[in-house]
Amino acid sequence: MAPARGARMLAWLGADRRLGLRDAMLARGAGTPVWPGAKMIAVAGLLVLAGCGGAGDQSAGEPGAGDAAAPGSMTATGEGDRQTGARPGGARFGFGTPATASQIAAWDIDIAPDGAGLPPGRGTVAEGLALWDKLCLACHGPTGREGPFDVVAGRVPGDAFPFANDPAVRSTVGNYWPYATTLFDYTRRAMPFDAPGSLTDDEVYALVAAMLFFNDLLPEDAVADSATVVDTMMPARDRFVRDDRTGGPETR
Amino acid sequence: MNEETRADSKRTDDGSLEARSGESGSGAKESGGVTRRALITGAAAVAGSALTASVARGTGLGTRTSPDPTKVAGARPDVVGSRSPYETPRKFVTGSAGGVTQSPLQDLHGILTPADLHFERHHHGIPDIDPAGYRLLVHGLVDRPTLFTLDDLKRFPQVSRLLFLECSGNGGRAYTASPNAERSPQDIDGLLSTSEWSGVALATLFEEVGAHPESTWFLAEGSDAAVMSRSIPVEKAWDDGMIAYGQNGEAIRPEQGYPARLLLPGWEGNSSVKWVRRIELSDRPFMFRDETSKYTDPLPDETARIFSFVMDAKSLITYPAYPRRLAEPGFVEIAGYAWTGRGLIDRVEVSTDGGGSWREAALQEPLLPKCTTRFRYGWEWDGSPAHLLSRATDETGYVQPTYSQMVAARGPGTRYHYNGVRGWRVGSDGSIGFAPV
Repeated sequence: MAPARGARMLAWLGADRRLGLRDAMLARGAGTPVWPGAKMIAVAGLLVLAGCGGAGDQSAGEPGAGDAAAPGSMTATGEGDRQTGARPGGARFGFGTPATASQIAAWDIDIAPDGAGLPPGRGTVAEGLALWDKLCLACHGPTGREGPFDVVAGRVPGDAFPFANDPAVRSTVGNYWPYATTLFDYTRRAMPFDAPGSLTDDEVYALVAAMLFFNDLLPEDAVADSATVVDTMMPARDRFVRDDRTGGPETR
Repeated sequence: MNEETRADSKRTDDGSLEARSGESGSGAKESGGVTRRALITGAAAVAGSALTASVARGTGLGTRTSPDPTKVAGARPDVVGSRSPYETPRKFVTGSAGGVTQSPLQDLHGILTPADLHFERHHHGIPDIDPAGYRLLVHGLVDRPTLFTLDDLKRFPQVSRLLFLECSGNGGRAYTASPNAERSPQDIDGLLSTSEWSGVALATLFEEVGAHPESTWFLAEGSDAAVMSRSIPVEKAWDDGMIAYGQNGEAIRPEQGYPARLLLPGWEGNSSVKWVRRIELSDRPFMFRDETSKYTDPLPDETARIFSFVMDAKSLITYPAYPRRLAEPGFVEIAGYAWTGRGLIDRVEVSTDGGGSWREAALQEPLLPKCTTRFRYGWEWDGSPAHLLSRATDETGYVQPTYSQMVAARGPGTRYHYNGVRGWRVGSDGSIGFAPV
């Protein structure tokens, strides 16, 4: 059910990127250790050249100069290791302080689509509606549909996804948000607007329950906990596709 | 949903654009408004009240409303300079919730944006951060979770680049079949600015903490009231991402992320998280609110692009442009900006007949990747109606599309990355109105 469909999306977002630029750079080095940031420094070097007056045309002209390859430019030559961002001998700089587990825990608030990071707790739709009226109604309306700020509730007939074709259709949690975990994450980190980050975990669960109820994704007598947040299948889950723009002559 | 300034759109659910408090801010309207009183007051503060205005009469050398500057002592320098009182460029301040300001593009020269005129797009206002207490936490799939102070960051080898930064919602007002002619460059595309950004390469930090090879994404999180968060492919860090603490030679301004921000060259502004306090390396994206429900691109096949970071090539004529008028026929230097998130601008073409014919504009050095480029084109205006357009091509061969090409590719309701061809109609009376194609 829900986790399987979500897993497909995460699979392409994760796995396809694993052979990233770093690997490509290391491979290109062919035995020579190439620090991946050297390319950026090469570009920065071009900037320095251009700024020295009279040399601007060196950085211009050639298609493919700059970010793509920096051909024949200052590829970390002449300026020593300072230019490459690496310490002589390849040692670490040793700047910074080890972060303790408790320091990390104090800031590590993100919630992943698989539920990683969700705290213990629970909240009912009824509790959420009471909180909603007190904390949320003024900005989002009595049922999440009325505004004046972001519209939270509303489905499209047949759970269609007509946003590109019909500018009048408003996006909502129910018709656009792919993961309910995001709803928990965002509500906890940023809401309510006049007191961000002030809600208890149980209150967040209750408000998530209320918003899912507004969108006909939970019944009115429901209780939300971590399993609910992970398992709720959001109607727009499978609507998102990778960016296929790569430059070149075609408009995408 | 229209919080990225689609004010002409039917969508007003966000409401954040409805109250535009900077309505008078169009530079052309305001910059001429220096009063005699202001000038005299300014002079008196410098030279004392005993001076009497000596107005040059009948010399043909201009009319003075202040004392002859060659006959009075000049002002003494101060510890911080200030803009001439005769120059009053202003950002537009829009939005009632998170906060938006737009840069006065039509009033700027060259490519750099003065820091106090840099555009802003906040998601919950501007935090006040004491640099002494600032920490950047880097953790997750790393060997050594580490806290960096601002001083720590500044000890690393520095990188510094001139880069454009643009909100991916920029230009939404141009994305309509019937645009309002009474729009200035600032109105339409003012969520664009260019700065020299100085800081430490993310690659340097990731090497320092021992980033695991299996890390494919990282979280960047700000310390504003929205705790603004985005998931970023780790390859961008190894490529050219940085943590910036300098802007145009000074510390980053609070509005731009003081004391330190993420800076991702060529990518939509929202991904360059300001006031960054935490970076977590991971093997998957986090699916935050702004990267799922907001900064995505609906497509006509009822899908939406997610993680569409790169800003495609775009150009904009900033002179001549509304609300200016051309005073008389004769020479007009058409000028503007071109930029692309994919590297270098290859060429900019200008049309004065609505696209019937195109001529290549001159590109002003320096030409830098992922930075604005100035273009200019000398035009002899004969006094007849004209339709000025600009069209950028980048080094990948990508050509700035027309509005109808964009609608065909993305539909009329798409929400970000509005880079269609912009233009201006010039009337025989010299009036100018916004008219994209």
